[in-house]
Amino acid sequence: MVRRVKKKGPWILHYLVMILVAGVMLAPFVWLVLSSLKTADQVFTTPPTWIPRPVQWSNYTDAFKSMPVLLYTRNTLLITLLCIIGYLTSGSLVAYAFSRMRWPGRDVFFFILLATMMLPAQVTIIPLFVIFRKLHWINTYYPLVVPSYLTGWPFFVFLLRQFFLAIPSDLSDAARVDGASHFGTYWRILLPLSKPALATVAIFAFLLHWNDFFGPLIYLTEDAKSTLALGLAVYAGKHPSEWSILMAVSIVMLIPTVLVFFFCQRYFVEGITLTGMKQ
Amino acid sequence: MGYVFASPWLIGFLVFGVIPIVLSFYYSFCRYDVLRPPMFVGLKNYKYLLTESPLFYKSVYNTLYYTVCRVPLVIVGSLLLAILVERPRPGVGAVRTLYYLPSIVSGVALSVLWLWLYNPKFGLINQWLGWLGVPGPLWLESERWSKPAIVLMGLWSIGGGRMIVFIAGLNGIPREMYESAVIDGAGWWSRFRYITLPQISAVLFLLTVVEIITSFQVFTEAYVMTRGGPLNSTLFYNLELYNKAFLDYQMGLASAMAWLLFVATLLVTLALFKYLGSRVYYEAGVPK
Repeated sequence: MVRRVKKKGPWILHYLVMILVAGVMLAPFVWLVLSSLKTADQVFTTPPTWIPRPVQWSNYTDAFKSMPVLLYTRNTLLITLLCIIGYLTSGSLVAYAFSRMRWPGRDVFFFILLATMMLPAQVTIIPLFVIFRKLHWINTYYPLVVPSYLTGWPFFVFLLRQFFLAIPSDLSDAARVDGASHFGTYWRILLPLSKPALATVAIFAFLLHWNDFFGPLIYLTEDAKSTLALGLAVYAGKHPSEWSILMAVSIVMLIPTVLVFFFCQRYFVEGITLTGMKQ
Repeated sequence: MGYVFASPWLIGFLVFGVIPIVLSFYYSFCRYDVLRPPMFVGLKNYKYLLTESPLFYKSVYNTLYYTVCRVPLVIVGSLLLAILVERPRPGVGAVRTLYYLPSIVSGVALSVLWLWLYNPKFGLINQWLGWLGVPGPLWLESERWSKPAIVLMGLWSIGGGRMIVFIAGLNGIPREMYESAVIDGAGWWSRFRYITLPQISAVLFLLTVVEIITSFQVFTEAYVMTRGGPLNSTLFYNLELYNKAFLDYQMGLASAMAWLLFVATLLVTLALFKYLGSRVYYEAGVPK
């Protein structure tokens, strides 16, 4: 912005700084990938070296042997997918109620919904733990999944509502005049038009639960039910020096998020502009 | 009919909002170990925390230290990043993506990675410092450097995420303002000070509030990397709360901690809105 003035000199400098910073941001990732292929001997050398020599692919097979990585991945995927479905269904229904329907108290409730976005989790976590314990839900996936079907993350309702409001109301009005029910309008008009917003919610929800640590830490007690994040943290606590294995598992955990990110970049921007951060 | 569509949220709000808040408030006045029913003890938990608990003030101090270091660093750092890649130029899209990348990565994986980067002997950071001729500290193994280490790691992991918000703010500034400023002979500093800063003050303010609240909640890094050590130097508020609740099963005491944190967060946010919020409005002109 400052460089609106047309001078050629600072251009090169600008690019140099940009690339240098990019190098600093990227270096830990490169280091992570390279370290995951080093032998245990090479990991513990001073000064540290970058290039794995020899390249030890067996770190990955070792990692899969010493930690049930596949089981953890399956568990994490299961929780994440169930939650995504939950947020999409409950979130879009509630967003419809807050954008296309008139009912007493709607605006007050919407204000409360916004306020609950700011409620710190600590205040509710202990009673929720107690409640879930009474329901015998500890060490099950219910505490992690059920909230998503009750719009456990109100931000998604907010995001979808903003998107619904941007869709011309003529369309849904016309459908209503032609005798479509609210559910019909929601299902056949609004949802098909909202694919980008639904995708944004799905992606944010994916990141949220794929990376979630606190929930699994509190509610899952049995190793066989553990998620990748929890499994990795527990393993790092027990075997702090098995670096190549820890690095390999970290990479397994990172790959899906990085892929999702690269293929769905525009939805991230969508989420930011939709929720009014732009102003 | 509206209630039917809104029912998932209404039920969720009741079950995951209202009921837990009421219970949590009640527990904070009880001794409660989950196994036996809660026993009312009045203000004892709060009194214990504020006057006797050896670790409470330690965790408050650590969290404030972390917040005071992290917030300005992240705000300035991410604003600089945003300025660096704000203008669409060839290759800028890819660079933006790279800067943003750490923000989507799991906190646990990041912590494991940085644990290794900070390793005094085999890690990358002290090697780099060595190149600069600076003897590296023990980082996470040292009482003095453990908090700065977690702050630095935070800058790297969230800077790109905050940058995106700043870019959106910078893009909203009308170009003509800069053009007329240049014609009037304003240098880059005056343009930054009198155009950019006021124009993005709303974003700046919002991110400051968000950053402070986030800093108060720091947990995963400390849990994975140090478990609060060495010598409790990274025992942050939420880690202490977790320990009290889920290791010692002192649910009443932990609930009292949660409420103190909640009130502190609320007061800080209100104070920010009172003292800074009005300035934002004034400088940004008519908000949309």
